[in-house]
Amino acid sequence: MNPLIPDPGLLFWMVLSFGVVFFLLAKFGFPVIVKAINERKEFIEMSLLSAKQANEKLASIQAEGEKLLADAKAQQKDIIASAMQEKKQIVQAAQDEAQAAADQMIEEARLSIQVEKERALQDVRQEVASLALDIAEKVIGERMKDDAIQKKAIEQLIDKL
Amino acid sequence: MSQPVSWMNHKGMVKRLLVYIICALAFAAPIRAEEEELDVSKLIFEHLGDSYEWHITKGAVIPLPCILIGEGGVDVFMSDKLEHGATYKGYHIAEEGDHEGKIVNAAGERPFDISITKNVLELFIVCTLLCSVVLGLARWYRKNGYKKAPGGFVGMMEAVIDFIDKDVAKESIGHGYEKFSPYLMTVFLFILTSNLLGLIPVFPGGANLTGNIAVTLTCAVTAFIAINCFAPKGYYKSIFWPDVPIFLKAPLPIMPTIEFIGVFTKPFSLTVRLFANIMAGHIIILALTSVVFVTAKMGTAMCASMTAVSVLFCIFMNCLELLVAFIQAYVFTILTANFIGLAHDE
Repeated sequence: MNPLIPDPGLLFWMVLSFGVVFFLLAKFGFPVIVKAINERKEFIEMSLLSAKQANEKLASIQAEGEKLLADAKAQQKDIIASAMQEKKQIVQAAQDEAQAAADQMIEEARLSIQVEKERALQDVRQEVASLALDIAEKVIGERMKDDAIQKKAIEQLIDKL
Repeated sequence: MSQPVSWMNHKGMVKRLLVYIICALAFAAPIRAEEEELDVSKLIFEHLGDSYEWHITKGAVIPLPCILIGEGGVDVFMSDKLEHGATYKGYHIAEEGDHEGKIVNAAGERPFDISITKNVLELFIVCTLLCSVVLGLARWYRKNGYKKAPGGFVGMMEAVIDFIDKDVAKESIGHGYEKFSPYLMTVFLFILTSNLLGLIPVFPGGANLTGNIAVTLTCAVTAFIAINCFAPKGYYKSIFWPDVPIFLKAPLPIMPTIEFIGVFTKPFSLTVRLFANIMAGHIIILALTSVVFVTAKMGTAMCASMTAVSVLFCIFMNCLELLVAFIQAYVFTILTANFIGLAHDE
């Protein structure tokens, strides 16, 4: 037996079997498997990518939320500060106004007191003058001439008092 | 701590097993040696070659169908009809001459012999195994699609197939590799399965399939077709009108001749490499096993010590052959892929 000479019978069966096996596997076997493997690879890659994107999105949303919160806090601070300011102003204004009103009232009261006093004084003076005149007339016994001049003289006297 | 303890136990077990084997063989061998003279080279060559029946052990023989196309038409019968030099339907197994061990007719001529011999049956077993495994995998993928991760055997096979597809075919061929990758996978798995089955000493393994030149030749012819029949025009130009100084190709076609021979030496080297590697492995393992029986005549002490050596070397060689089984299948596939890639390289 020479191992270097191929046996025709085995050669025949080998060509036939290998041909059939190759045909079957290349048509129904390997393409299905390779396709599934490649599809899974793509699926995994896509999943990884979308997970990464989702993570990034989440991170950006978080950052946005934080920024929003910070903004809101700053705004709140501003609003509170301005409200305080306004409150102060309002109180100040009210105080000022009240002060002004009180001052005015005091002034008015003072003026009217002044006027009343003047008038009362005037009245008193006139009364005094007329009383003095009456007294004088009674003392003298006759009516004095020219009342107006007399009265004036009396008033001058009162002023000098 | 558990690691060294289990290793010690394991080591002890191996040692005990070796002692048993040596004792058993030391007592059995002298009895056997007296029975018949052992012809080691005949034993080895009988195994390396083909046979019409599947010899498992003494008395356990599976007869296989013989299919012969001769002058008298087609004859089909079981091989046990021809045992011990018997003649059936005018055919007998030649004892000597050019066709020793083959079926010949009364005139000593060979009919067209497509018998299901041991190697052919092994070939059928390999093909059935391959088809059922790969088509079973394909069914798994059809059923589960890509959304389910495979585990166990399917996962292992997926790793192998993906390796051939991406790391061998795509890497070596590049653009348009999809056309060739089913062929490369088929050839890889075919050679690997044949190699591994060849290492199993009993049925359904043990035939020397990839160590038979008819098988490796067929594989190489398919590689030749894959390399040459799908190549672009530039490949043929590089063979018959290569890009070299004109005096190397004009009056005397030196380079074209070399290139043309190269077309055939590539598949030829594939044939011989696989065939020679696997055959050599089988020869070494058989020779080491034969050492036990050869030294049987030399006394118990000699035989026992040589048996121990033989068993140790056989274990080592079987491990090596396991490695060679993978390496040779891989080498055949990657070389074919590289040759295809070279042919497609503009």
